[in-house]
Amino acid sequence: MLGRPLLRFVRKDTHINFMRGRYMGLLVSAVLSVASLILFIHPGLTLGLDFKGGIVVEAKTPTPADFGTLRAALAAHGLPHASIQSFGAPDDVLIRLDAGNNKETQSVVDTVRHTVADALPGTTILRADAVGASVSAELFRNGMLALGISLAMILAYIWVRFEWEFALSAVVTLILDLTKTVGFLVLTGFEFDLVMVAAILTILGYSTNDKVVVYDRVRENLRKYRTMPLMELINLSINETLNRTLGTSSTVFLAALPLALWGGATLSGFAWTMLFGIVVGTSSSIFIAAPLLLFMGEGRLKRGAKTKTGAATAS
Amino acid sequence: MYYSRLKLASVLGVCLLGLLLCLPNGIRKPSLSIPWRQIHLGLDLRGGSYLLMQVDLPSLTHDRLQTLSENMRDALLKDHLGYQDFRIDAERAVVSYLPRTPDETQAGLKALEALPRLSAGEFTVARQDDGRIALTLSPESIAAHAREAVTQSIEIVRRRIDGTGAIDPEITRQGDDRIVVELPGISDPERIKALLGTTAKMSFRLVDSNPLHATYPPTGVSLLPMANPADGPALPVYDHVDVDGADLTNAGATLDPKTGEWAVSFTFDSVGTRAFSSVTQTNVGQRFAIVLDNKIIEAPVIRTPITGGEGQITGGFTAQKATDLALMLRAGALPAPLAVVEQRSIGPSLGADSIRAGMISLGVGFALVVAFMVLFYGRFGWYADLALLANLVLMAAILSLFEATLTLPGMAGMLLTLGMAVDANILINERIREEVARGRTPLAAMQAGFERATSTIVDSNATALLAHVMLFVFGTGPVRGFALTITIGIVTTLFTTLLLSRMLMARWYALTRPASLPV
Repeated sequence: MLGRPLLRFVRKDTHINFMRGRYMGLLVSAVLSVASLILFIHPGLTLGLDFKGGIVVEAKTPTPADFGTLRAALAAHGLPHASIQSFGAPDDVLIRLDAGNNKETQSVVDTVRHTVADALPGTTILRADAVGASVSAELFRNGMLALGISLAMILAYIWVRFEWEFALSAVVTLILDLTKTVGFLVLTGFEFDLVMVAAILTILGYSTNDKVVVYDRVRENLRKYRTMPLMELINLSINETLNRTLGTSSTVFLAALPLALWGGATLSGFAWTMLFGIVVGTSSSIFIAAPLLLFMGEGRLKRGAKTKTGAATAS
Repeated sequence: MYYSRLKLASVLGVCLLGLLLCLPNGIRKPSLSIPWRQIHLGLDLRGGSYLLMQVDLPSLTHDRLQTLSENMRDALLKDHLGYQDFRIDAERAVVSYLPRTPDETQAGLKALEALPRLSAGEFTVARQDDGRIALTLSPESIAAHAREAVTQSIEIVRRRIDGTGAIDPEITRQGDDRIVVELPGISDPERIKALLGTTAKMSFRLVDSNPLHATYPPTGVSLLPMANPADGPALPVYDHVDVDGADLTNAGATLDPKTGEWAVSFTFDSVGTRAFSSVTQTNVGQRFAIVLDNKIIEAPVIRTPITGGEGQITGGFTAQKATDLALMLRAGALPAPLAVVEQRSIGPSLGADSIRAGMISLGVGFALVVAFMVLFYGRFGWYADLALLANLVLMAAILSLFEATLTLPGMAGMLLTLGMAVDANILINERIREEVARGRTPLAAMQAGFERATSTIVDSNATALLAHVMLFVFGTGPVRGFALTITIGIVTTLFTTLLLSRMLMARWYALTRPASLPV
């Protein structure tokens, strides 16, 4: 049953001239990235609890939540600045407070707990988190460190395995991907927290993977077709790997889709960001990384001779 | 393309072993004594609390300086040297005083040099430019002291938490001065927080009976407030500790039958008994204060000498308070205060919802990827799917073997691994397709496909591995779970795609010798 493939993305004789759109691709990417940077500066990312510090209490009330009672009760306990919102169902309440000093933050979370339980009897506390300001600063630093070091290591790895033109164009593309993801986060209002850093790192990993596959083919073809102009050669390489590029991005997309739909509050933001990143990462392999390689490598990339690390793909 | 029987058997053997290792997660542990390792559910899935506590190191240094300053005074008095204006600067780790006259400087330095040290280079003594004599703690000794204090605190935290009957608490050190406490099943950690936030340093000290000292306490006497402000104003209490609360062998909450009040009764060890009886014998008629964390719980008058080594504290306790105080006295005092700096608690219903959400996503995601592979790659897609199933099993097996903690982001990591895992199969299949299109024979096409795809597969997985190892190193909590499952997933993916699915394809070819490939 189903011994032979039923579907495929493109026919084997496909030859799309992707490089014709190279200026367009770079321009669109530049515009999107600049727009994202502007969004990043204003209004900026919504920092999550991990990075901002403060208190989040999530509660389920027995009847649709009475915000007025809750607000009055919290104000009576000296917490008039608490933000109260519903999320999902009308009986789900989310209470947030900004971080004070450590000691306050930790005792306020208990006050909120008690106040909610007293004001609306029968309420269950689903989640109560409190992160002190010093810890959140540390978590933020660690998150950024993980991002920065990952990028540097990816750069180093591609540099070792390929030539520097490949490494540099890959990392420039990754940074462009990253800015667009940040723009996406600002637009959607998803909270930027540690889980989101995990999403971004996964996107970076996936996007690199995608570029490595295309580059790998470029390197192979450089050895195979010594006289072919670089533009034509890159085009050929993209076309040859197109089925694979689309195939893998589809499977990762399909794997992340259920998380976005049913992953619950914790994971749906993560998963939507992943989905966005997959689309951006896949398209940037073709429209950004490849033209960048063309610009940087024209007349420079070694032909015919073995690459410096020796032929990884023996032909 | 040729696989020896041994290789075949070992690849299949690994898969079967994986299946076996997964079993403990699905069935109840039999009474036989066999190794039984299974995946733990993270707090976000089973509900519970995570507390990050910080040891107050400055206060630790301050305590040590306080003790040293008392030793300094004793040493100076012994040598008949005068002193004035003792100052403690905890930030610079210095305690200093001004000699009565400058010519007593040398004698003072000598007396202080002779003070007993905890370690060889614990402190240095020197004359400052302003004429003061200063004792400075060395950074090494501060660090060593801090390390020891954290280790000690962990032990005491464990004893206190065990005393509450919490199930499977996890207490670990983090960094230089932090302790992580994980409490599965406890979604309201308020009591534990109160229990750990109290140093519980208890001491028995005499009250200074001079009424003048209640307003102007001299050196060596401190004005301490009552724990319950309604009990009266602050009392002048001698700094000298007559009996240390650490010299207890047991403590328990008791209900006083006469008054109906909750009390904490305790038994001293031999040192405590001796000290307690000698103080009570010589000070009949004086007030004796029971001080807990620099607050007076009560200060009864000594009516008769107490030599039995037993005592009782009544301080208007509730049952809970008496139980907790007894527990803290049994567990011992913390060397320094602990402050909660991060707290996360998840109720059981949210955890159950998360498990359901994770399982549904995992199931649907798996099904979608499986369907995709069959539709796009036919027979070889089926093989890829078999490898995918083995991948899932092996991931679970390794997680069980390490007794790793599965978190919700960890489940997301498994799912994404499944999506990425088939990439290797796609690479191989596409390559074979190309080779077939170039007119190669089925055998040559498959061989070329395997060979050429291998380096690409290794390259692409290596970069993903780098990113996630970083995440594991720098991440905390659930995010580490995500990085861990993906890292494990990359390893199992390399195994299932480079060995298992390839072997399946090769066996199929060897058995059927098809004239054309189903690509």
